[in-house]
Amino acid sequence: MARRPFTPKVITANALLEGDVVYFTAADVWTRHLAEAEILTDEAHADLRLLDAARQADQVVGPYLADMAEGADGPQPTHFREEFRRTGPSNYFHGKQAEH
Amino acid sequence: MYRYNDFDAAFLAERNAQFRAQVARRIDGSLTEDEFKPLRLMNGLYLQLHAYMLRVAIPYGTLGSAQMRQLAMIADRWDKGYGHFTTRQNIQYNWPKLPDVPDILDALAEVQLHAIQTSGNTIRNVTADHFAGAARDEIEDPRPVAELIRQWSTDHPEFQFLPRKFKIAVTGSPRDRAVTRAHDIGLRMVRNAAGEPGFEVLVGGGLGRTPMIAKVIRDFLPKADLLPYLEAIVSVYNLLGRRDNKYKARIKITVHENGIDTVREKVEARFAQLRPLFSGVDQQMLDGIEAQFAPPAFRNAPVDLFEAAYQTDPVFRAWADVNLTPHKAEGYAIVSISLKKHGATPGDATSAQMRVMADLAERFGHDELRVSHEQNIVLPHVHKSDLPALYRALRDADLATANIGLASDIIACPGMDYCALATARSIPVAQEIARRFEDMKLEHDIGPLKIKISGCINACGHHHVGHIGILGLDRAGVENYQITLGGDGTEDAAIGSRTGPGFAYDEITDAIERILMAYLDLRSDPGETFLQAYRRVGADPFKAALYEAPAEETREPAHA
Repeated sequence: MARRPFTPKVITANALLEGDVVYFTAADVWTRHLAEAEILTDEAHADLRLLDAARQADQVVGPYLADMAEGADGPQPTHFREEFRRTGPSNYFHGKQAEH
Repeated sequence: MYRYNDFDAAFLAERNAQFRAQVARRIDGSLTEDEFKPLRLMNGLYLQLHAYMLRVAIPYGTLGSAQMRQLAMIADRWDKGYGHFTTRQNIQYNWPKLPDVPDILDALAEVQLHAIQTSGNTIRNVTADHFAGAARDEIEDPRPVAELIRQWSTDHPEFQFLPRKFKIAVTGSPRDRAVTRAHDIGLRMVRNAAGEPGFEVLVGGGLGRTPMIAKVIRDFLPKADLLPYLEAIVSVYNLLGRRDNKYKARIKITVHENGIDTVREKVEARFAQLRPLFSGVDQQMLDGIEAQFAPPAFRNAPVDLFEAAYQTDPVFRAWADVNLTPHKAEGYAIVSISLKKHGATPGDATSAQMRVMADLAERFGHDELRVSHEQNIVLPHVHKSDLPALYRALRDADLATANIGLASDIIACPGMDYCALATARSIPVAQEIARRFEDMKLEHDIGPLKIKISGCINACGHHHVGHIGILGLDRAGVENYQITLGGDGTEDAAIGSRTGPGFAYDEITDAIERILMAYLDLRSDPGETFLQAYRRVGADPFKAALYEAPAEETREPAHA
């Protein structure tokens, strides 16, 4: 079976103290804003960056690579789960949608 | 209600202090997340999609006014001003911050509440009939037994690391309002030939990816044998239950793979060993607990005010017809307060609503509230003369929706709006269905109906036992909803049958409408419920309506 091509990704996690959805930037810091996340297009580099992110376990919980598309305004979620994580719940104006 | 003794209070204080230290060690880096995760889960703390979630036990669904007010205070001080009542008689806070959780647990302890064993592979919060102590059809109040089980199971050294989570439900009535047949152990109070109360013991029920109805392991268990028999069951499960595959680890699989006869044989053998070790202290404790659950002092008073309002106020009458249940005491009623206002999130209450319900319980309800597994709140003991005033107060607080047991009284798990395990959303689907039937003014005509929605195969929304069940799944990156029909969570429990291919998010409400329009056409008379009609005619006419009829043709109500 042919290996699936690597698609663009960002590293995301939840902040240790607040539980907020956070994204890893190219400057090795965590941001609440997806637009500021480092977009990873090379698989080997992505794996290395995930190791870098995992080393910051005093700040975050559960970092992982999330699929994204490259858009004019930065990374865009390709799956509805990441879209909900980017915005917040459907039933209340809570979470990130209320913070901007 | 059960009141903590000195041991209970000291135990909880010590436990909270331990967790406070564990949180501090996680924050200062002394504990890794792998080390900390099992510790936080043992204290009900999850990490969900957008934030932490704290699951607080409401043992057997019973709350006093002071406890409800404290839940409201916590919602205001450490969350976003609301709480979510769940199908397992818990309340969940969706937005706590990790450093605040020890303070929240201390605030809970002030009113004798906790979050212990609301997560993890252990015996979870014991649930019970939400009408316990009030229902006219009851043999005995099951809550003293549920409290005894809580005390026995809390921090039980043998049962902290079971193969998987373990859920026990108790009912004292022949009518099963606790879904006992879908629990790991279900206890149904019955009488033997001599008229003595005891339990029919059911084992191996459960929903999730492999739904199963529990099997009878004992037709009649004397009350005095309850704890040693429960210990025997859990002990055998602890030994036999599979740990190689978490999807096959629940006791339902143990019963399925070994057979109920083999499991019964092993349980009886273990019971024979354990029985002599229970010296009777458990029964002395039960006596003390039962005394604390003595019924309130019911008053003898005329019900003229109720009768007058019922005759003259059609809106009050509509609410009373749907939201009241007969009470065992003359002149009293059980009041169900709907947390399912059309378009609202099923099971959510604001802190202001919690305080209103606490005040009303204090004024009219002998200081008692219950959380139902159907995500509503119950005032179990209200004199009928107080009902008009109670209704007005509920109406002012947006809590007087007359839809208990109807199409919009939907159980819905949090789904992908909150839950890290979910694969699709539940809440907006429930909201849209409820709004649709409110717009069509059809749900009173449709009558008793259980719609239940889960956002993943774990089935927290009990969709398998919904008359209409909806299961949200991820199909190639798109939310998709499968429908099951004919499920039943009562004493006649049944698992619903899947109708066929699922529906897209924007198709599912139309699909449910087509099923219910078909029901209105198919029913033999207005008294035949959806479930009765389904059992009479089978699935085919509903499948035909679902998959063959164009949506446009079914939008006009056939029986409006």
